[in-house]
Amino acid sequence: MTQSLEHTKEIEEKTVFGFWVYLMTDCILFGVLFAVYAVLCKNTFGGPSAKELFSLPLALGESAVLLISSFTSGLAMIGTKPEDKKKVLFWFIVTFLLGVAFLAMEIFEFVHLIERGNGWHKSGFLSAYFTLVGTHGLHIAFGLLWMIVLLPSVAIYGLTAESIRRLFCLKLFWHFLDVVWIFLFTVVYLMGAL
Amino acid sequence: MQTIKKQQILLGFIISAILTLVSYYLVQQGWLKGKSALYILGAFAVAQAFAQLTLFLQLGKETSPKWNLLTFLFMLAILVIVVSGSIWIMISINYNLMPAMEGM
Repeated sequence: MTQSLEHTKEIEEKTVFGFWVYLMTDCILFGVLFAVYAVLCKNTFGGPSAKELFSLPLALGESAVLLISSFTSGLAMIGTKPEDKKKVLFWFIVTFLLGVAFLAMEIFEFVHLIERGNGWHKSGFLSAYFTLVGTHGLHIAFGLLWMIVLLPSVAIYGLTAESIRRLFCLKLFWHFLDVVWIFLFTVVYLMGAL
Repeated sequence: MQTIKKQQILLGFIISAILTLVSYYLVQQGWLKGKSALYILGAFAVAQAFAQLTLFLQLGKETSPKWNLLTFLFMLAILVIVVSGSIWIMISINYNLMPAMEGM
């Protein structure tokens, strides 16, 4: 029995660390996209600039929603020790709904920009903006998909060592996306409005 | 996987919320100007990221050997080199390839 427990713990540690290394590579990815944005953010090609296009209140709303969802995903994981399936599911569903709200706000922003003709093909600035923010949004979408797949599995099979490990990785992923958003909000929206 | 305490994540949430609101308010009120504005906003962002990394992601709180912390620091080193190096190069190219002024 002890051997099986140690074996499980070893797998858990390796898997979580492996996922952490992936998150580190994702940081480099976003870092590079930030660098591109930093280079191109003034290249408006005669079109509108960040200051003219972005709504700060909307961006603040997005930040609030994502921050709260990061917090609720932490609350959810507290339900794994001691094991409380209902708590885990409840708070992860809240996280999911907040994530959907965030994505909806961001898609609304994008649609609004494209409708007015300010799509990614208009200028270097807008290309960089859509790529950077879009990549983050795509990550959020994948996180939501992950929740849709994982949460029913937890509901049906309960909190096994495997499902806790997977939930933990999902939580790491979600926290990471909020950390990236901090810089997105600051560099794109706040600095853009200066 | 370490156990997380509710107070920890609550503290992380409150600190992040305050830092976000303060930097938003500073920009919205128009109190920040020029280059210093960039540094101040950057400092707020780094502070919030640090709070979230330590309180939500529990970076550096693991038992030795601290592999998570080590890989994070390595990532940071690579990131700083790649991003600052790229921006430096682009600024330099931009300066060197700027069209000459006419009538000089």
